[in-house]
Amino acid sequence: MNLNFLEFEQPIAELEAKIEELRHVGSDSEVNISEEITRLETKSVELTESIFASLTPWQIAQLARHPLRPYTKEYIELIFTEFDELHGDRHYADDHAIVGGIARLDGKPVMVIGQQKGRDTKEKVKRNFGMPHPEGYRKALRLAQMAERFKMPILTFIDTPGAYPGIGAEERNQSEAIARNLMEFSKLKTPIICTVIGEGCSGGALGIGVGDSIIMCQYSYYSVISPEGCASILWKSAEKAEQAADAMCITADKLKKYGLIDLVIEEPLGGAHRDKETMAKRLKQAFSSQLADLQAMPVDDLLQRRYQRLMAIGV
Amino acid sequence: MSWLEKLLPSKIRTEGAKKKGVPEGLWSKCDACGAVLYRAELERNLSVCPKCNHHMRMRARQRLEAFLDAEGRVEIAAGIESEDRLKFRDSKKYKDRLSAAQKKTGEKNGLIAFKGRLHALPVVAVAFDFAFLGGSMGAAVGERFVQAVNAALEQQCPMICFAASGGARMQEGLFSLLQMAKTSAALAKMSDQGLPFISVLTDPTMGGVSASLATLGDIIIAEPSALIGFTGPRVIAQTVRETLPDGFQRSEFLLDHGAIDMILDRREMRDRIAGLLAKLTRQQLSYCVLPSAEPQDEAETRA
Repeated sequence: MNLNFLEFEQPIAELEAKIEELRHVGSDSEVNISEEITRLETKSVELTESIFASLTPWQIAQLARHPLRPYTKEYIELIFTEFDELHGDRHYADDHAIVGGIARLDGKPVMVIGQQKGRDTKEKVKRNFGMPHPEGYRKALRLAQMAERFKMPILTFIDTPGAYPGIGAEERNQSEAIARNLMEFSKLKTPIICTVIGEGCSGGALGIGVGDSIIMCQYSYYSVISPEGCASILWKSAEKAEQAADAMCITADKLKKYGLIDLVIEEPLGGAHRDKETMAKRLKQAFSSQLADLQAMPVDDLLQRRYQRLMAIGV
Repeated sequence: MSWLEKLLPSKIRTEGAKKKGVPEGLWSKCDACGAVLYRAELERNLSVCPKCNHHMRMRARQRLEAFLDAEGRVEIAAGIESEDRLKFRDSKKYKDRLSAAQKKTGEKNGLIAFKGRLHALPVVAVAFDFAFLGGSMGAAVGERFVQAVNAALEQQCPMICFAASGGARMQEGLFSLLQMAKTSAALAKMSDQGLPFISVLTDPTMGGVSASLATLGDIIIAEPSALIGFTGPRVIAQTVRETLPDGFQRSEFLLDHGAIDMILDRREMRDRIAGLLAKLTRQQLSYCVLPSAEPQDEAETRA
């Protein structure tokens, strides 16, 4: 079983394995099998298209957690130039589950803040699996307020299974760190674009999720609680996560329909990890055009709009 | 547990003795010390056990009635009711859970809001009703809270919130998560206009309510031994696989860690909050006749 493919992608994985095998044979022998390879490749694309045409919310949640899914720092690399990472909350520590710094988008200075997951075991631990502590949210607020002072727009990248549920996190007041960000981000005098690139789970996601334009990648999810968490509370079994994912309406298209997000960015066939460059290009285009609109507004109008949009939720 | 109960096989024990063994009616039992209490007396004592001072959970409407002056109370946003936007269903339909909660509590919603007076000071006060689906915050709770904030802005008066909530209401999905942002943004307006917001944390204040409006008080007060935190202790214990420290996430723990300003006995709450607000709003407190049932001398011995 190829680990780069999820369970529901196994038919594609098998086909890809066959193609790979043929390629080996092809280079070893005189027989011309390129025609067969082309045929199988077309079949593989068709198969992927058909599987991806009707993904369930649970399958989308798995894609959002895909081990190869692009993380914040990769997008920073591909979308921005001259990124200078800034560290620490100035009070307690530097939380590696949230990264941030100044960069340029189309040559113009911006502040970038995002949750960061790790790829290998060592980095996963360093990044705490993308689960920030209070100091991470406080770093985010420090950078956001700096952006306001220096008139830079803010772009946040949301990718977290949730704020860290630990003893130290509670001792240092995780609740306050998130609550403070919600309040302060609602009145920052600079445009804010928030993008859910992978997992947008619970208050931990919302802690860097208040802004003027809320974007979701096609195979990301945004939810009040993880499907497993919801299932274990309401269904009394984490194994009902699939039903919970469905019931909570966590996917980009559903949330767009409810008017809770502004924009869905289509992912390359098979998901963002299959073609990171293309995905980054699409995100960059969206950022540029959204920013142009937001920056054209007088700041008072921008704040008024942000406030009114929040007040209209659920009314 | 008596020695006789200990001898009995556990199955018989659980079947035989229900936890809340005292039937609804004249008598009530303290959850902490087990003392059997005369209900009317307990209610006069604001559901604080006279034997051990345990603060039992209190219904929202009852709390606000005891907190505000008897004169001139007006309910805010009473018409706002929860909706089942997602057509959510687990083992039961959310719609059915809602109507069951409404029937059980006699309330339309998990948050009650009033404008009124506190020792003659004009205030807006809101309280979460834990009996209504665990005081969870959905769109209707968020909207009622915001309308209460708007009433305080309009009257240019302080607001007090009594939190008691398990967190966001999962059955409303992202609508409920975003109420955290909505209520926090509304409180930013209070803060910008120099209007005090006092947050009282009662047992329990967790999750999305703790990580938004409840933690944004200019002054944060907790009732004794209330469970307060972001993640529930069970989930933390499972995650970190460590024994949690003694008194973890209780009011006293939060006070030690600098998360709250003070712990107050429920029976002092009215007077102490009035005193705080009078100072914050540069007014003299003109004590009107207290409708509180509590004898004055008892309050003095506690202070």
